[in-house]
Amino acid sequence: MPPRTPTQPVSCTSASDTRRPLWGASLTDPAYVRLAVALPVVLFAWFCTMIPAVSGGEILVWEMAWLPQLGIDLDFVVDGLSLLFALLITGIGAFIFLFAGAYMRGYRQRGRFTLMLAMLGLVLADNLVALFVFWELTTITSFLLIGYSHENATARRAALQGLLVTGAGALAMLAGFVVLGQAVGTFSLREMLAAPEAFADHPHYTAVVVLVLLGAFTKSAQFPFHFWLPNAMAAPTPVSAYLHSATMVKAGVFLLARLTPLLGGTALWMETLTAVGAVTAVYSAFVSLGKTDLKQVLAYTTVMALGTCVLFLGSSPLSGPGEPSRGVLAALAFLVAHALYKAALFLVAGTIEKATGTRDLARLGGLWRAMPVTFAAAVAAAVSMAGVPYSIGFLGKELLYTVGFAADTSTYLPWATFLAAAPIATIAMVLAIKPFFGPCPDYGKPAREGRWALWCGPVVLGAVGIYWGLAPEFPFLRLLVPAETAVIGQALDSGHAPWHSTGEALTLTLATLAVAVLGFWTRGPIAAALGGLRRWIPLSGDRAYDAAMNGIAAVAAWQTRRLQSGVQRHYLLIVFATFGLALAATLWIKGVVPGPVRFADAALLEWSLAALAAAASIVIIRSRSRLLGICALGVVGISTALIFLLFGAPDVAMTQLTVETLVTVIVAIVLLKLPSFRNEAWPSGPARLRNGIVAVTVGIGVTLLMLAVTASPPPPDLQEYFERTAVPGGQGRNIVNVILVDFRALDTMGEITVLAIAGAAVFALLLPGARRREGAPLPGSEGTAARAQVSDGNIVNTMILRETTRRLVPLILIFSVFLLLRGHEHPGGGFVGGLVASIALSLYAFVFGPQAARGILRVDPRALGAFGLAVAIASGFVGSIRDAAPFLTSQWGTLAGLKVGTPVIFDVGVYLVVIGVVLSFVIGIKEQ
Amino acid sequence: MEPVIAVLVGVLMAATVYLMLGRSFVRFIFGLALLSHAANLVIFASGGMTRARPPLIAPGESQPLPDVANAVPQALMLTAIVISFSLLTFALVLAFRTYQELETVDTDRMRAAEPSSADAGADAEQRAVD
Repeated sequence: MPPRTPTQPVSCTSASDTRRPLWGASLTDPAYVRLAVALPVVLFAWFCTMIPAVSGGEILVWEMAWLPQLGIDLDFVVDGLSLLFALLITGIGAFIFLFAGAYMRGYRQRGRFTLMLAMLGLVLADNLVALFVFWELTTITSFLLIGYSHENATARRAALQGLLVTGAGALAMLAGFVVLGQAVGTFSLREMLAAPEAFADHPHYTAVVVLVLLGAFTKSAQFPFHFWLPNAMAAPTPVSAYLHSATMVKAGVFLLARLTPLLGGTALWMETLTAVGAVTAVYSAFVSLGKTDLKQVLAYTTVMALGTCVLFLGSSPLSGPGEPSRGVLAALAFLVAHALYKAALFLVAGTIEKATGTRDLARLGGLWRAMPVTFAAAVAAAVSMAGVPYSIGFLGKELLYTVGFAADTSTYLPWATFLAAAPIATIAMVLAIKPFFGPCPDYGKPAREGRWALWCGPVVLGAVGIYWGLAPEFPFLRLLVPAETAVIGQALDSGHAPWHSTGEALTLTLATLAVAVLGFWTRGPIAAALGGLRRWIPLSGDRAYDAAMNGIAAVAAWQTRRLQSGVQRHYLLIVFATFGLALAATLWIKGVVPGPVRFADAALLEWSLAALAAAASIVIIRSRSRLLGICALGVVGISTALIFLLFGAPDVAMTQLTVETLVTVIVAIVLLKLPSFRNEAWPSGPARLRNGIVAVTVGIGVTLLMLAVTASPPPPDLQEYFERTAVPGGQGRNIVNVILVDFRALDTMGEITVLAIAGAAVFALLLPGARRREGAPLPGSEGTAARAQVSDGNIVNTMILRETTRRLVPLILIFSVFLLLRGHEHPGGGFVGGLVASIALSLYAFVFGPQAARGILRVDPRALGAFGLAVAIASGFVGSIRDAAPFLTSQWGTLAGLKVGTPVIFDVGVYLVVIGVVLSFVIGIKEQ
Repeated sequence: MEPVIAVLVGVLMAATVYLMLGRSFVRFIFGLALLSHAANLVIFASGGMTRARPPLIAPGESQPLPDVANAVPQALMLTAIVISFSLLTFALVLAFRTYQELETVDTDRMRAAEPSSADAGADAEQRAVD
């Protein structure tokens, strides 16, 4: 980076002028910025028009079906509570968007649009699932905006931390929503809140409360999940102002208020909320005293405000003897006051940073002359924050104390509030005085007031805070009391002005101010003492987060090392051991006991075949010779083929026999190119024992399973259906073939496609270019010569074999066509026909070389396979074209006196695919 | 006959597992071949086994004789046989190509994708497992 010249503007923000906008330059156009401000303004005005109706007790509803099958609709409801939040979101949003347009050029606008609409959706949604979707939308937008300076590791960490903490909470909340929805039978908030009393006695009540509170506490940064919010100050200042003070973090408070009628009023709810809220408020208020970064100070005071809201939402019993508590009203009033002064102060902080290049309170001073408007706005906001009489903050605080003294549930309420409020009032004084008075340090450039768009927001928001303190009728009677009514479901006596306080509350308010002034003069020693105290506390949320993340990474590394050894047989061992154990466990749990086993039913021939196959499979294990293994494999195949033949499956037996012939030949060709078994590597003795145990376990398990399965005959429905319909529906007398080419032709189509893909894969493996090893001959040079030599070696020079082959191959080919064509009536068909033809052509390839086999095929075998696939597919469309019938519906007709049907054409396709694929295997291997 | 087939399937499965857990890619392929035989027998026996009456319909009849073999598993097996044949061939060619590239059929030495030198722990573990 080149050294700055004094004429360059100082910019310490994360968004320097060198930044490229992420989503294109057009988003930074002045026109776009104006639109960004216009949208919230229009929405704000629209919501304002609803105030008279809603404060009169009306509830406005927009209904929209979304997933009606699941009972999830996108209904939007405006009642007192959601209107209050909607006004905050759009009203404060308008000023912040205006500020952002001037704060930094090239700052992308789209994220805030999404965020504002997501926040609106969140507070207006009637459906819990829709609410969750909007909730997560704010989480994700927040993640993107915190990580705005993604080159910066701190910003990335803060973004991820915010995402994980609030995201994990949201998942818990979703689980709570699902349990809640299942328990009350609806996901609609309106329907739930219509009969709220029933749920407190539900057996799942505790689970729902815990899960929902996790979501609300993480989002609203309650202790011990508060740590993500101060870290989120890595975001640009307008984002912090909007998300992390005025709107998004209040989503948790909103949710608690919304669900209060349903979940509130119980000891669990009240004690949890008051305890967590009190700890959060007091803790963060004191921590904020020790901070010097303006945004950190504001972040911790935000946490304090959120804690206070939670504290008071939990303070009010919904019913009971005596005068009803106004805890909800107090929480909401404080929330509105906080939104006004905190947004203003964030914007002031942004303005100061832009003018001076620093946010460090220790370095700031003397600005009041240079920035009088900003100073005035800061004072107005600070007055409300400190709770100086006749500001909205004062009324809010008085209400807190009044409710605190009235509450008989938790005696610590007023004192916790006092402990939290006094440091906050001190902070308010610091914020209004420290940057503006005292010596003016050298900021590297003359500090001066920014553009109107920068100071407009703080001034208006600060002024509203003062004005509403002087004229509280409108905010209280039109906004706050209707919101309270919406929360608790009944209108609490609005006869007298609810902001009037009693004597002890006023006393405590004034005492708070007095302590605050005291604190202001002694804040240096206090901060030092706090810093010392913090060093003695080993645990913090931030450190716990780091430990958790490192722990997850360590567990992942450990289990990867454990399970992913990189050795193939270890993976297989896990697979087979799991299979064996699962099988054993299933048989055990289901209590499967094989019935009386009647081995004697089997004839001697059948017994012998089975014994032969079993013995041959043992031979394969024991053999130290490749040839013996190949022969034994053939024995297993032919024995099973004979078993099929004995039990009425001639089609299967024929196919198996031909396949076995081909397998034996191909295995023999390939294995002879591989090293012999003589120097084979074996697992160690204990490993072999372990493998044997796993193998025997699997074998016994499968046998027991088969005994259980075959103990009773299968349901006859399918069999009877095909027997009944083969002739009238399929026009065929070989039921197996009718199933393959007609009833289940789509399955067969899938199978021949797999076959063709296997052929293509083998082709790709055998491509000359697939060989990457260095020193391999390049195709086209010596490679061709080498291959020519190999081809010579491929030719078997035995006269008897050559002459026999020359005469036999045409006969076998004719026989294969005969098998193909008789398939629909008698044993045969495309598969076995194609295999027989492949045997003939393979024989030809072995005797006369692959080139000669290519010669009699005349086309490339792969092309033949593709053509066969095309024929099969085309036969399926005949019915579609003629009768608009579904794909592969069979069609029959007569052609020159012969009965011809599309299934027969389909079978021809199968025949060709089999020939093409097998020949591309054989020729491909022979040509290597 | 089903109990006999059940035992045969168990033997074939045990042989398959033992072959696949060895170190030789060639024996692995033998195991693959046995596995498809076992699977076919499972399908066959599960559909019920009937001696000597193939599912054919005599000319002039509209239905087969009673007690013919079940055609459904036969149709399934027919395609299964051809598919497993192509899979086996693919595995064979793969073994052949692997041998060309790596000059070994010992699966323990086929470490191109997950080299053992990357972490010494895996080696120690392998020794421990062995």
